[in-house]
Amino acid sequence: MAAEKIELTQKDRLSVAWRSQFLQGSWNYERMQNVGWAYAMIPAIKKLYKSKEDRASALKRHLEFFNTHPYVASPIIGVTLALEEERANGAPIDDTAIQGVKVGMMGPLAGIGDPVFWFTVRPILGALGASLAMTGNILGPILFFVLWNVIRMAFLWYTQEFGYKAGSAITQDLSGGLLKDITKGASILGMFILAVLVERWVSIKFILELPAKKLAKGAYINFPNGPVSGEQLQKILGEQASGLSLTKVVPNTLQANLDSLIPGLMGLLLTFLAMWLLKKKVSPIVMIIGIFIFGIAMHAFHIM
Amino acid sequence: MSTIAIILVVIIAFFAGLEGILDQFQIHQPLVSATLIGLVTGHLTAGIILGGTLQMIALGWANIGAAVAPDVALASVASSIIMVKGGDFSGTGISVAVATAIPLAVAGLFLTMVVRTIAVGLTHGADAAAKEGKFRTIESLHLFGLLLQGLRIAIPAAILIAVPAAAVKSALTSMPEWLTGGMAIGGGMVVAVGYALVINMMATREVWPFFAIGFALAAVSQLTLIALGAIGVAIALIYINLSKMGGNGGGSNGGGSNGGDPVGDILNEY
Repeated sequence: MAAEKIELTQKDRLSVAWRSQFLQGSWNYERMQNVGWAYAMIPAIKKLYKSKEDRASALKRHLEFFNTHPYVASPIIGVTLALEEERANGAPIDDTAIQGVKVGMMGPLAGIGDPVFWFTVRPILGALGASLAMTGNILGPILFFVLWNVIRMAFLWYTQEFGYKAGSAITQDLSGGLLKDITKGASILGMFILAVLVERWVSIKFILELPAKKLAKGAYINFPNGPVSGEQLQKILGEQASGLSLTKVVPNTLQANLDSLIPGLMGLLLTFLAMWLLKKKVSPIVMIIGIFIFGIAMHAFHIM
Repeated sequence: MSTIAIILVVIIAFFAGLEGILDQFQIHQPLVSATLIGLVTGHLTAGIILGGTLQMIALGWANIGAAVAPDVALASVASSIIMVKGGDFSGTGISVAVATAIPLAVAGLFLTMVVRTIAVGLTHGADAAAKEGKFRTIESLHLFGLLLQGLRIAIPAAILIAVPAAAVKSALTSMPEWLTGGMAIGGGMVVAVGYALVINMMATREVWPFFAIGFALAAVSQLTLIALGAIGVAIALIYINLSKMGGNGGGSNGGGSNGGDPVGDILNEY
């Protein structure tokens, strides 16, 4: 009869959380993260089911197709743990219910994990670390590594716990306002920072000289021929102080002209070009190789 | 390189390979792996600078859906080894090492695909073990798949190390200036592809204005990256709170976004 309720202790859940880090270890083209998922669930399955049949069917259940962002798998694991615990205690939760929760959550959550982690947090921490590292500062890599892992581990553990506690209710909760705010906030910050990175780090420098600019009369200092009197010298020095040019012509480079519009303009245009090509299904790898060839050609012709 | 250094580099390469698939600790990211290889080979500073340079290029590299990016783990490890063996730790040496590693990173994709295909067999092994309730077998199969991912980087690294240093050095020094200079210029531009990948994922009509603000502010060179980050977080919070007020009438709980915004919390830690 009402036998003692089997519960997953915090130790069990920690063990699952630790193993969830290996989710993608045997990623394969057929069922993707399925073996990794089963690997993570094993401590819980061992605890909850004692007969060979129960264990076999639990393993089979968790070897189904699964694929999501590796971090947002944690809340899904949490929910699944709660469901499995109920089931082991006799609740009528069938295989399809568990599979349904997994599949139902993995899509939308991957849609959050990718932009938040790969496209916001990593670029920002990476750019911060890299800009320090490029000056040879060891703080760059350390900052990146420590901050990233603190954020990541906290996320894995707390969202798994959140999923475990919320149980099946989580699916409703996740479609609520908080999650929307997080994604929107991340994409606003992400777009903002990306623009900064494009401006600061896409470096395109033209060395091409344009024909020198001839200045209008009055824009340069008219030096008298022959010896200069004190009075003339005073006038010349005054003119120079007020910013007149020393020569009739000033050198003119393409880069200076572009910079006077807004610095980083060419980088921006190149980024837009790359975005357009990506939409045209040009492989990023082809583009990377193409850019190297272009850079070598432009340098060989002394344009860049 | 001394024997100990070689062993350590191969071990680092192995872990970079593990991380290249797991994507957890980020050891495979150039900032971390190039720094580590620099450390064990006695060229720490050059390793850090190389890591930073390659990190900038690789910022947007992520495997999303069908889009494949070059193998960042192999790029980091290979460029570090090339730099150490080439013996040129100046800015040019570093950018040439980065540029030569990129084609290898592209080739590395092929190795990843091979391993991921082999892993299909492991899945079927796991199915069979599941029928018997054999936990240990499933665990071993999983870890074997992971081991292959580590070897995917460790073996190419060992091969690169085995190539005589003199050969690497002479190959690098025999490169003419137009080639090395051009590669450095290409390296400056190639980051745009990574950013383009990311922007395409995130851009919506709603968030484009924030891109414009970011671009214009970035031209003010006195603003550091941290200052710009603070501005970005502030703008995001303001926008979210304001749009809520518009939608639900002032009283709705705007406070939720404060505690729940992980990105905001990260930036507060700076």
